[in-house]
Amino acid sequence: MEVVQLLLGGIASGCIYGLIALGFVLIYKATESVNFAQGDMMMLGAFITLQLTNTDYWNLPFWAAVPLAIAIMAVIGYGLEALVIRKLFGQPQFAVVILTIAIGFVLRFIAGFIWGHQPQSLETPFTGINLRFSGLVIGLDEVFVIGVTLVLTLGLYLFFAKTKLGIAMQAASQNQLAAYYMGVPVKLINGIIWAMAGGIAAVAGVMFAARGAIDPSMGLLGIKAFAAAVIGGFGSLPGALIGGLIIGIIEPFAARYGAPGYSQIAPYALMLLVLVLRPNGLFSQVQSKKV
Amino acid sequence: MRIHFKTKYDDDINLFEDGRKLFWYVLLVVLAILLPFIFDEYLLGEAVNVLIWAIAGMGLMILAGHTGQASLGHGAFLACGAYMEVWLQNKGVPFVLSLPLAGLFAGIVGAIIAIPALKMSGIYLAIATLAMGVIAEDVIILLEPYTGGIDGVYVEAFTLFGVEIDRYVSPDKFYWTCLGVVIIVTFGYANLLRSSTGRAFMAIRDSEISARAMGINVARFKTISFGLSCFVTGIAGGLLAHYMGAFNYEAFLILISIQLLLMIVVGGMGSIHGAFFGAAVVGFLPQLVTIVRETVTTVAIPGLDMGIFALILITIIVVEPTGLYGRWMKTRIWFELFPLARKDMFRRNKSYLKTERMK
Amino acid sequence: MSLLEVRNVSKSFGGVHAVKNVSFDVKEGEVFTIVGPNGAGKSTIFNLISRFYDVTEGSIKFDGNEITSLKPDEIAGIGIARTFQNIELFDHSTVLQNLLVGRHTKRKTSFIENVLFTPRVRAEERAHRRAAEDVIEFLDLHAYRNKMIAGLPYGVRKVVEIGRALACGPRMLLLDEPASGLSVEETQDVAYWIEDMQKDMGLTILMVEHDMSLVTQVSDRVLALNNGEMLSMGSPEEVQSDPKVIEAYLGVEDVT
Repeated sequence: MEVVQLLLGGIASGCIYGLIALGFVLIYKATESVNFAQGDMMMLGAFITLQLTNTDYWNLPFWAAVPLAIAIMAVIGYGLEALVIRKLFGQPQFAVVILTIAIGFVLRFIAGFIWGHQPQSLETPFTGINLRFSGLVIGLDEVFVIGVTLVLTLGLYLFFAKTKLGIAMQAASQNQLAAYYMGVPVKLINGIIWAMAGGIAAVAGVMFAARGAIDPSMGLLGIKAFAAAVIGGFGSLPGALIGGLIIGIIEPFAARYGAPGYSQIAPYALMLLVLVLRPNGLFSQVQSKKV
Repeated sequence: MRIHFKTKYDDDINLFEDGRKLFWYVLLVVLAILLPFIFDEYLLGEAVNVLIWAIAGMGLMILAGHTGQASLGHGAFLACGAYMEVWLQNKGVPFVLSLPLAGLFAGIVGAIIAIPALKMSGIYLAIATLAMGVIAEDVIILLEPYTGGIDGVYVEAFTLFGVEIDRYVSPDKFYWTCLGVVIIVTFGYANLLRSSTGRAFMAIRDSEISARAMGINVARFKTISFGLSCFVTGIAGGLLAHYMGAFNYEAFLILISIQLLLMIVVGGMGSIHGAFFGAAVVGFLPQLVTIVRETVTTVAIPGLDMGIFALILITIIVVEPTGLYGRWMKTRIWFELFPLARKDMFRRNKSYLKTERMK
Repeated sequence: MSLLEVRNVSKSFGGVHAVKNVSFDVKEGEVFTIVGPNGAGKSTIFNLISRFYDVTEGSIKFDGNEITSLKPDEIAGIGIARTFQNIELFDHSTVLQNLLVGRHTKRKTSFIENVLFTPRVRAEERAHRRAAEDVIEFLDLHAYRNKMIAGLPYGVRKVVEIGRALACGPRMLLLDEPASGLSVEETQDVAYWIEDMQKDMGLTILMVEHDMSLVTQVSDRVLALNNGEMLSMGSPEEVQSDPKVIEAYLGVEDVT
């Protein structure tokens, strides 16, 4: 029973890592840059929802607050791309890495300034409600997290594989100039991608907040989500989810059965192992350059 | 406008292309030596902080700025140097030996880590080093017999050439020690850049394929770069240990590593000057922010310096990718050419993203 | 005597044969050109010789020694220098620094000596600089000596590519489409330089080129490839008039 309980908790937190990783992969797939601020965007999404729905703040109904928060984060994501990231169009990956790290710092500062640095809890309709099946306790929040993640991943996967816009987005990433000549509106597409990443960050933030307290530095969770993205292969959406699940499941088991002090290293050690064995990630897309 | 006629190859090989340049740098060093007579104790402490960050920045600059291998986990090597220095000091090893040994230890660790890191490139290297930096925090706690675990360690005053030096008792002597190390490291770094090893680093940064075709053993030189970079960062760690006196793993959180990389970007990637400009910003910005804030409100705003630093960084990356040093050079050239400078003289070439899936 | 011996070399990429059973010799002091339509396998042969690709079958000997087991960074050391078709210079360095990188294999000092900048390093730097200045003189690059590559026009970069390879002090030079994208005048300069490199410096030159006027002007012998197979080999005139070559380039008219 204990194993099943650990597994369920692991899957639920793994879904959250997976969702953050999904944000990384989304932006990587379309623009070939990595958004190091994804974790902080998740934090911001959580706080915006908290502002909208908590009784101490604006007290909107939860089911109205969440879509609103997603929309706000999408606008913020689009705005970031249009106002800042787009200025680096064509610059090397490294510049975008540094830029997004800086954006993360700014978001953390803004959140700390508005909402303070004390941990706060989001009020959700399913907080504290548990389902019991013959001795097994399943939190309603866990069911919610797992369900939403599955639906979202499937939706995004179909979007990239089947829709014209999704395919155009992939084309834009392979060769911006060529895509531009072929009539793909590269800039608009990058904006949409960032908006989507913002929306997903909001969803991840709500789910994280549903399971625990939030504070402005929770964005550092993003580092763990990197592990998920790397393990799953940086360019693969279902891979991101699987990577997230692996990390999420390893954590409680390492903490329960591993030696104290070593367990929190497990996700990072696993990621480093993957990188050492497959230096360009699983499902590597790096090919040797033709000269 | 001044034109320097070069008559010997040595004019290009020498560190200073002419007497004028030499004069300005000598003046700068003299000013730096006289600083303890100008600054009060508090400001002098901040100056030491800047010097140590400059050394650490130079360390990372070798790897990130000149070899093109971004590391987001260099705090780990800072820690290697710091803990090794404390351990050696407690064993009674004299400072002249312990500091280079502390650096050497960090350098060897770095060269070992380079072996798996060699195969990674771009974001994967950045993410792997980030993970390494996170793990380093836990490793420090686990190595309790050497690092004092969560409680940390404490280092006494050290003796250099028979003089006892303590950060609090004799801040001026500690400052001069750090200044000496800065000068030695800068000199070695400048030497590196004007010789074949430095050129090999830059070749690897710009095009690994052609570096190979020119006969550069890329793996070997990347390892050397990692080793030298971590050596210098370890030296900075050794000085940092004395600067902090007592410290634990919290001095080397992952945010420190990230800040180090951000610092050299602000200063200007790919130049020694950039490390100094960046260190000055990181060292003196908090003071400046506090002074400005106090004119508005007396309430402390946590995280304000970091927020402003990040905003400066964003501005720099968007409008001046060459950093503060690049801006400084352009301003100088503008004055030198006055009134002949044209607005589009420094126009950047349009570039389009080349896919990095091809390597 | 043959400096380079290519024997029955084949290269396939996952079942696709890029080069099939190609053999040729390049004699010491010769200008040997490989021609052929796009995708004929010309660049593949270059990459096989400079060891960026491993041969699937066959042997390549340079100066009598097998080189198919060497690493790409060992090739410059044995005296083979190459240029790249799509210009692979060190963009954030000056022309002079690019040429000095070419001297890498001639260095004798370790990185520790470099950091200390011992008198030996200084002497070596002077020697490198002298060699680089010879290349600058030869290719007329004086005006660009201290200019960053990133801001240079295409034609100059193309010349710097040749210069960097020359700075290696090679016995054999591999030129990958040295005239592509150049104007008629610039192509003429390249032709003169190739003649000078062959006659005055005694270099052996292996070249891939599309510009037939340049090929006929400088080449001693020409090898024509199509679909990775050898089509024809001989003097430029012989190859150009070979019906198989004409067929490969123009196609055959089906006369019935």
